[in-house]
Parts: sequence; structure tokens; C-alpha cells
Amino acid sequence: MMDERDLPTREKVLWWIAGVVVIVYALFPVVWIVALSFKTPSDLGSKRFWPTSWVWENYDNILAGDAQELFLSALRNSIGISLIATFISVVLATFAAYAIARLDFPGKRVILTTALAVAIFPVISIVTPLFNLWRNIGLYDTWPGLIIPYLSLTLPISIWTLSAFFRQIPWELEQAAQVDGATTWQAFRKVIVPLAAPGVFTTAIISFFIAWNDFVYGISLTSTERARPVPAALAFFTGASQFEDPAGSIAAAAVIVTIPVVVLVLLFQRRIVSGLTQGAVKG
Amino acid sequence: MAAITLKNINKQYGDGYRAVKDVNLDIADGEFVILVGPSGCGKSTLLRMIVGLEDITSGELLIGGERVNEKAPRDRNLSMVFQNYALYPHLTVYENIAFPLRLAKAPDSEVDERVRHAAELLELTEHLDRKPANLSGGQRQRVAMGRAIVREAQAFLFDEPLSNLDAKLRGQMRTEISRLQKRLGITTVYVTHDQVEAMTLGDRVAVLRKGVLQQVASPRELYERPVNLFVAGFIGSPPMNFIPATVERDELHTPFGQWRLPEGKRPDLSGHEIVLLGARPEAFEDAAVVSETIRDHGVEFEAHVDVIEWLGNEQYAYVPYEAPDDISAQLADLERELDSEAMRTQLVVSLDATSRIPEGSTAQLWLDLRKVHVFDPASGTNLTVAQSSGNGAAKAPAGDASAAAVDESADGSAQG
Ligand SMILES: Nc1ncnc2c1ncn2[C@@H]1O[C@H](COP(=O)(O)OP(=O)(O)OP(=O)(O)O)[C@@H](O)[C@H]1O
Ligand SMILES: [Mg+2]
Repeated sequence: MMDERDLPTREKVLWWIAGVVVIVYALFPVVWIVALSFKTPSDLGSKRFWPTSWVWENYDNILAGDAQELFLSALRNSIGISLIATFISVVLATFAAYAIARLDFPGKRVILTTALAVAIFPVISIVTPLFNLWRNIGLYDTWPGLIIPYLSLTLPISIWTLSAFFRQIPWELEQAAQVDGATTWQAFRKVIVPLAAPGVFTTAIISFFIAWNDFVYGISLTSTERARPVPAALAFFTGASQFEDPAGSIAAAAVIVTIPVVVLVLLFQRRIVSGLTQGAVKG
Repeated sequence: MAAITLKNINKQYGDGYRAVKDVNLDIADGEFVILVGPSGCGKSTLLRMIVGLEDITSGELLIGGERVNEKAPRDRNLSMVFQNYALYPHLTVYENIAFPLRLAKAPDSEVDERVRHAAELLELTEHLDRKPANLSGGQRQRVAMGRAIVREAQAFLFDEPLSNLDAKLRGQMRTEISRLQKRLGITTVYVTHDQVEAMTLGDRVAVLRKGVLQQVASPRELYERPVNLFVAGFIGSPPMNFIPATVERDELHTPFGQWRLPEGKRPDLSGHEIVLLGARPEAFEDAAVVSETIRDHGVEFEAHVDVIEWLGNEQYAYVPYEAPDDISAQLADLERELDSEAMRTQLVVSLDATSRIPEGSTAQLWLDLRKVHVFDPASGTNLTVAQSSGNGAAKAPAGDASAAAVDESADGSAQG
């Protein structure tokens, strides 16, 4: 924690400046998108940062107007697919990381290396084979057709984060629980899970974001509203008429899909409490 | 409550290291047994094997007369206080203590009654709603104790529970544990590094060295009749002095003169050229203050006292001397193994508080020869004890653990 240390004033000022620079740099595109989403179509090319007049027109368009069907179904797909992918990957990763952190078994290294290899494998290079395979076995343009490739993105990072986190848990507690009369499963559920929860939540958030933000799989493995997620759907937006620039609607949609991300972070922030394991052992 | 019996217990870790070698120990129902030994000698390993957290490589472990080698920890019904407490940080003190009861699916009313009773006993009542992270070390330790005593376990196992407390709190908790154990009358195995805890708490003390049980006996027996050099040096603080001596018929030639041991205390030294004489600091005295009635039991000798530590009720004098090289090397080895810094060969002598020997002077000291032990430097065996205990329940030589475990108070009767 920055503010817990007593920094010299000069150093503090430097940190503040650096912080402000980073924040401005990161937030500028976001503010710009928000501004864009409130512009009228004619205002889009006005070369001004803020709208001349603030209107809800773009939001109307995607939530109630012409683009409604396209956007709302995409939103439904995105939420559903991302949640399911996150859930599956966190559950699998929890078990895998538990085994990796706790047990000595042959192939432990291999699992971690494989996970890393999968994570650094470029998505674009497997999209084409996957496209063909999915068409042949009927997974093309379905939810599972996206959930499965999303797992390949979320599982490796989940396994890595969780096993790093699990290694820090005072495992003697598990033995204490067993001596207290718990089965291995009870010890896991009643002692380890509560301690691991913050790590699991963090992992879940990261997984969710990865799935939520994916574009390449979303655009390549879907063709209709049955499974197309929001990032892909944005590309299909049209303006109010054929010849209008859809940038306003796209901006509005972008703002809306950002909201769950922000909400999630705010919600889970409280659960990612550091120092939860404090007090387990003496010292 | 139950007796615990260890039969030829061995432990070999996955990497091939043999941490515990052929340990035999009978712990009677309700008995308080202390396990001591230098760091890394296998105390924790032994305890963890008893509680079931570590597989037993070979041998048999009986609890209440029943073989439990294959049983999971939860089926052994033992409670343990871990060296680092191992409290559940996400639970309140109340729930920490209640944890074993909750697992046993005890009804809420019973849980509440027992937790409050335990909390009262350990003076934790006002902290029941707090989390372990906010407690002091001593309070955490008591919570760990509470969790151990809240259910009716067959035995308590403590792994250096007081090692991280300050001296005052340690003293307090020591009496607390002693009182608690007496009140509950539950079989207890207690691992410690601490001399005072070892000597004061237990009915019997088991001394372990490199995984081999050296001696199991009452604290007094250990102190007065150690079976070998190791036990003699390990028990007692300041430790026993070891003086090299060459044997010439009945005479012992030491750096401090020729001594002749009293009739009943003279072991058969035929075949020994060099022996080590062991004498505790309190076997010495300032010759000037020794009472006439006992003066004849000892010898007087002249020695150079270089440092005096005056402690009020007594004082320690340090007497450096020259010893043959091979002997001093062996003494240094022994000291290293006993976790004490390798000092030069010197006597530590306890003197009466009234003694007026000045520092840096040559003084006349007296040694009570009745309290001198004779050790074989090669095997480490205490020849004095080996002789006087006869051939029946022979006190074992250093290497033979199975015989060392035999002790008069270990009847090992198994009760249900
Ligand atoms: N998991 C393990 N694998 C291999 N060797 C081990 C393992 N655990 C302990 N040992 C070895 O077994 C020996 C005994 O260890 P143990 O923890 O029982 O010592 P201890 O007597 O409790 O020491 P201390 O007083 O320092 O706690 C040590 O030499 C240690 O290196
Ligand atoms: Mg230990």
C-alpha cells in the first residue's frame, strides 16, 4: 500500500504525477467513447471532443430502435457465454491448482508448461482449423462452440493465478482440520475454500474479462444472432439509415458493455481482501 | 483417554532420510510424556506419525490397545496443538474452538455449552467474537488449546506450543497446561526444546537423538542417572562438565590431579584407558565453605578461576583447562550436537553465594566424588549407571534404543 509508507514529499509528488499521467492516458479513450455515444450522427464529424448537444439517440437506437434486436441478443449471448466459460474454467482451475499446489505427482511441470504454451499460442492461428472442425461437428454458431475455445483462453491463466495463490495458503490448517475430525473433503470445503475465495474471485474476474472481451473467436465462429457476442456484433451495426455512420451506436454499445465490467470490479473489490490469512499462524 | 504404544516405529521420508529409527515407547493412560532432543532429531515427525499426518514406514502404533497405523487422523480421535497454532483465520475465536464439535455434528446447545466452558477455563470469554488475527500470541495459543480440549479426545499432542512466547507468558502457560492436564487427566505427549518445560511438566521424559530414543525416565532419573554422554549433556543447565581422565588401576588421572572414586561408585574400568568423568556444576564447591560432614566424600584441588558470574542465590565460576586434543575434539562434537556453542574445554562450577573466590585467581575447589559419573568416551555409555543397574533392566548403550525405552514406570497396560 502506497499510503502506508512514509515517503519523502518529493517522492510523493513524483508518484502523484506518474499516477495522474497513467490515469489520463488510460481514461482518455473511455471518455472519448462516452462523448461519442452522446453525439448526433451529424455531430460525429464535427471534430470537437464534446457533443454540441447531448442526446440519447444512440442509446435509443440500440436498446429500443433498429439495432435493438442485434444488440440485445448479442448482449444476452455475451453474458451467458462469458459466465458459463468463467464458471467452468474457475471450477476446473481450482481443482487443477489445488493438485498442483498440494500434491507431488509426475507431470506436474508438464501441466503448468502446457498451460503456459496454450496461453501464448496465437488465437488467430487456430481459428481457421477450429472454424472447419466446428462446421463439421455442428458446433459452429452455438454457445458451446464459443465456450470451448474460451476455456482455452481462460483455463491457463486461471490455473497459473490460482496455483500461485494456493501456494501461499497455510496448508497446515488443512492438517489441523483433519486432526479436528474433518475428512479431506471437509477440510478443503470448510477451511481451504474460505481462504482461497479471494484468489478464486480474482481469477473469476480475470476469466470473465477475457471471455467478455474476445473478438476473434466471436467474429469467426458465429454467423447469426444465435451465438454472436457483443464485440463481434458491434461490427454489424448500421446507422439509422444505410448511409449514416454507425459510430454513435457503436460507441453507445461499447459504453453499455463496459458497465458490467465496472460493476464487477466494484462488487468483487471487497472480496479481494488481502491479508485474509493473517492470524492463522503465530509470528 | 487411552494409552499410546509405539512398537519399533520407523520413519523413512520420500527422499530416503531416516528420521525416526526403531522407537519403542509405552505411554500409559493419563500420563504426561515429554519428548526432547536437539533440532531435527525427529520429534515433530514422531508426533505427526502418532496423530496420523505422516505415514508410519514400519512398526506398530496402538492407541487404547488398538492398531491405528492405517487410520486417518480423524478416526484416531487425538487433538493436537500445532507449533504455530494453525488457527482458522476466517473464523471467530468461538467458531475456532467449536470447529471440532461442528464437524462431529454436535447440537448447537452442546456446542455452546462446551465452547463457553473451555473459554472460561482459558480466560477467553471476552474474546469469543474476535478473529485470530487481532489476538496476541498468548491469546492465540490459548485458542489453539481451547480447540484441542473442547472435545473428548483420546490424547493431547503438543508440538512446542510455547516456543514463540516471551518468558513470562511461557511460564504462565506452562503452569496452565500442567494444571489443565492434571484436571482432565488426559494422556499427553509434549514436544519441547525447553529445559524447564521438559523437567517440570512431565511424568516422564523421552530423549531423542537423530531419530533414536536414548532414554525414557522421570526427570529426576534423567538428571541423576543419564544412560549416556548425550543425555547427560542434554539435560541440565548449565550442562554437565566432562573431564578426561586416564585410568591407572584404581586411580583416575585428571588435569586436576589424581582421584579415587568411592567404593560403591567405582565401575569396573578394566579395559578402559581413557574415560570421561561427568560432574554437574553443583557437584563442585568452594573448598572453604564445604561442611566438615561431607568433606571426606570428595577431593580438593587447585584450579585457576578466570570468570565469576554472581547470580544472587549462587554463582558460577569458569575454570579453563588443557585437555588432550582428541578428547577436546570429541567434546566439541558433542557440544555441537547438543546445540550449544562449541566452547573451549572448561569447567562450569556452581559455588555457594557466600563464597569469596575472586576472579582471575587460583582457588581451592572441592568436588563431591559420589556425584561423579564415568563415561566410556568411545560408546558414550555411562559406566556408573550401567554397573549399578545390574544386568536386569539394563540401561542401554547409545545405539540400542529398544532397551533404552524399557523403564520401570512404563507398564504399557492398554485400557479401552
Ligand atoms: N517431508 C520431509 N522430507 C524429508 N525429510 C524430512 C521431512 N520432514 C522432516 N524431515 C527430516 O527429518 C528430520 C526430523 O525432522 P523433524 O521435523 O521431526 O525434527 P524436529 O525434531 O521436530 O526438529 P525441531 O526441533 O527443529 O522442530 C530432519 O532431519 C528433517 O530434515
Ligand atoms: Mg519440530
